[in-house]
Amino acid sequence: MKDTEGYVTADGRQIGGVLMELRNITLKFGGVTAINDISFDIREGEIRAIIGPNGAGKSSMLNVISGFYTPTEGSVWYKGEQRPKMKPYEVARMGVARTFQNIALFEGMTVLDNVMTGRLTHMNAGILSQAIWWGSARDEEMENREKVERVIDFLEIQNIRKTPVGRLPYGLKKRVELARALAAEPSILLLDEPMAGMNVEEKEDMSRFILDVNDEFGTTICLIEHDMGVVMDLSDRVVVMDYGRKIGDGSPDEVRSNQDVIDAYLGVPH
Amino acid sequence: MAHLTEGAEGSRSIPALLARNAREFGDSPAYREKEFGIWQTWSWAETEEEIEAFALGLLTLGVAEGDSVAVIGRNRPTLYWAMVAAQMCGAIPVPLYQDANAEEMAYVLDHCGARFAVVADQEQVDKVIEVQDRLSRFEQMIYVDPRGLRKYDHSKLHLFSSVQGEGRAARDRLLPELERRRGGLGYDDTCVMLYTSGTTGKPKGVVLSNRNIIESGKASSEFDNLRRDDEVLAYLPMAWVGDFIFSIGQAYWTGFCVNCPESAETLLTDLREIAPTYYFAPPRVFETQLTQIMIRMEDASPLKRRMFHYFMDHARRVGPRILDGKPVGTWDRVKYRLGEVLVYGPLKNAMGFSRIRVGYTAGEAIGPEIFDFFRALGINLKQLYGQTEATVFITIQPDGEVRSDTVGVPAPGVELRIGDNGEVYYRSPGTFVEYYKNPESTAETKDPEGWVATGDAGFIEESSGHLRIIDRAKDVGKMADGGMFAPKYVENKLKFYPNILEVVVFGASREKCCAFINIDLSAVGNWAERHNIAYSSYQELAGHPQVLDMIQRHVEETNESIARDEMLSGCQVHRFLVLHKELDADDGELTRTRKVRRKVIGEKFEDLVNALYDGSDSVYTETEVTYEDGRKGKIKATLEIRDARVFPVAQPQVAAE
Repeated sequence: MKDTEGYVTADGRQIGGVLMELRNITLKFGGVTAINDISFDIREGEIRAIIGPNGAGKSSMLNVISGFYTPTEGSVWYKGEQRPKMKPYEVARMGVARTFQNIALFEGMTVLDNVMTGRLTHMNAGILSQAIWWGSARDEEMENREKVERVIDFLEIQNIRKTPVGRLPYGLKKRVELARALAAEPSILLLDEPMAGMNVEEKEDMSRFILDVNDEFGTTICLIEHDMGVVMDLSDRVVVMDYGRKIGDGSPDEVRSNQDVIDAYLGVPH
Repeated sequence: MAHLTEGAEGSRSIPALLARNAREFGDSPAYREKEFGIWQTWSWAETEEEIEAFALGLLTLGVAEGDSVAVIGRNRPTLYWAMVAAQMCGAIPVPLYQDANAEEMAYVLDHCGARFAVVADQEQVDKVIEVQDRLSRFEQMIYVDPRGLRKYDHSKLHLFSSVQGEGRAARDRLLPELERRRGGLGYDDTCVMLYTSGTTGKPKGVVLSNRNIIESGKASSEFDNLRRDDEVLAYLPMAWVGDFIFSIGQAYWTGFCVNCPESAETLLTDLREIAPTYYFAPPRVFETQLTQIMIRMEDASPLKRRMFHYFMDHARRVGPRILDGKPVGTWDRVKYRLGEVLVYGPLKNAMGFSRIRVGYTAGEAIGPEIFDFFRALGINLKQLYGQTEATVFITIQPDGEVRSDTVGVPAPGVELRIGDNGEVYYRSPGTFVEYYKNPESTAETKDPEGWVATGDAGFIEESSGHLRIIDRAKDVGKMADGGMFAPKYVENKLKFYPNILEVVVFGASREKCCAFINIDLSAVGNWAERHNIAYSSYQELAGHPQVLDMIQRHVEETNESIARDEMLSGCQVHRFLVLHKELDADDGELTRTRKVRRKVIGEKFEDLVNALYDGSDSVYTETEVTYEDGRKGKIKATLEIRDARVFPVAQPQVAAE
């Protein structure tokens, strides 16, 4: 293991030891190498960004972390142990929640019901007792509903609690998705382009919520984002990918002055 | 009302009323607030405990008698408690408008000499921190919602619940002191200080005594037979005198329950869930609601739409008469009953008005069509006329004597007088003590005998004894030809159209009247959608030729109806333009209570006013706007100016000599 000391961020937050480590990850789809021998770690309490031009392999990386893809080579270490091959729902049970680049909510269900699905991994009652709303199912639902209501309050979506998701504008759907992920009380929250397609005001709101989540619940956040301004402002450390390789890793300032990164974004004659 | 000096039934302050309520009906609900999706209730006994704990906490922080305690935030039980707790400590609560920006707050905070502020959340904390160095006496701040505040410097910042905790811990030590202060509150001591929104100049701090609040609360509660089991929804700004009277004065006198919504956005849902029995809203709220209903009915299925219009026509005809207990034919009654089942009942339920016994509107004139719409549904909506300086009540409409064009008879205990210039004067137990640190203004407004000038022009109708308000006394003017100019009258007529949000009419000492018009984005936007009109911004929609055509029709219809009024027929709107931006309190164009600041607008848009009068077809303009975060920007636009048809004035019948 690497050091478990952590560091202190520019704004004075204490970042803990390594929560998740990706060691020499390679991911191949037939002849295409989406990720080529990448290693980095995510520490407890930090906001970690993965950036890179289109097709760099960012979403694939997130899919590896969430267990959707199994890496061709390399290993994922979580809380000090090597993670065996797992189904995505098993990964979710271990405390990894995510949002999707192109919103994956149940359009016909209300916001409340959608967020409640985030609690599914915490529910154990059998189908029968759930169907007749009795005993443990009842207590469990009440307990979970309370947690969900706290998330709804936190993200200020009380006014759309009973609104079907299909009727909401895009920016709000993104927020509902975040709410669902948060409802799972994750240790690591994966955000796949949380601000894509948003206007400036919505971006500001979302940034505020991401910082608040990290601050209030101490949730570790790993995000992919295209908006450079947002990434540099939000994150503590940044991994830069290009053509499936890691070309930079460090604080936003270090990354910004890294020649490889500048080349990747501005383009150089190959 | 015998021994006023002793206070009504011996209760000389709000904390004394609280003690009485907790003693006599401690289990009845006093406050409700929706939190985490569930309505939480506090009984009067629990409320007393909470308030006392906070008052003791304030003592541990060093609140002295006579200190000002600012209270800033949306309507929440905690903030109401903070006000009463401040009173318990012998301090003076000063509620501020929560949407005021830091600059506006700085003025009030400094003027009232606040040593403490109790605020809702991070937003308000930030605003106060921004200006606190400029405040001479400011010391400490208490916040209710800790979110986002963890990393702030907490040497002068405290969490509401921990202040209560400190208070509870120090109870044995400090209770005697609190008892002494509570017992020492006199009937003529200051109860609250409220800053008027100020259509002109800086806000003034209106000092209201316990006598003002309790006498007004008592008289008005008795006037409408308010009961302990009544429910109100507290959603209007806490800094406004009306909210203080409804949610504290009347609530503590009568002992009814004050319900606080979950957030401003959930207001309509919460209104529906609570279904208040006693309700107050400014005309704008009723206007918005009516607009919403009309929009939704346009989108409803043809059958529903026809049913709605059929029964509403019937309700408009007989509904108000039924409400007033006047004779109505049997067939009409049966039909109204059927309408109640099919249309009125569901509609009232959807709006949260199912249980209203008494509803009031005030603040601005309400369009007769809007007023009649709600009365037709069987909602006992009435008007009152009042102001901060009178502790709200000047005139009030008794049941059965409700009309849209009057504001009622003098409230109990109020004397009324009309000045030579038509200005309305009053004198009452609610008459304010003074403007804080402003003896000149006090003397200008209140004469030594206690008569207060309202600034409104009006007259008392001989047949009914009701007061009719025409306009602000200073706004009523003369046109160049000597005809009477009453801009509010015209504006109100135009504002009845759901598509029109705001109007400013010019014409004082001019040949003819011209107007600025603001479209209502939700209504016009919906209309545009239905007519396949594409637009990308407010500005584009406001300048769309079809929108202008529609507004022009509204203006011309209004002109036609004004032409019928002998006195005001000269006020027809000859030319108008549709503004490229919404008038906004942040830009100083409206007051915080959303009243038009005529003079400011006239100066700011001078180029547009000139264009209206010089006959040009269009005008190019640049306007500075303030964004919500305080940044400023410019918007540019070329506005089209339209001529509206005016109608020949109805010739007054000249008596043959």
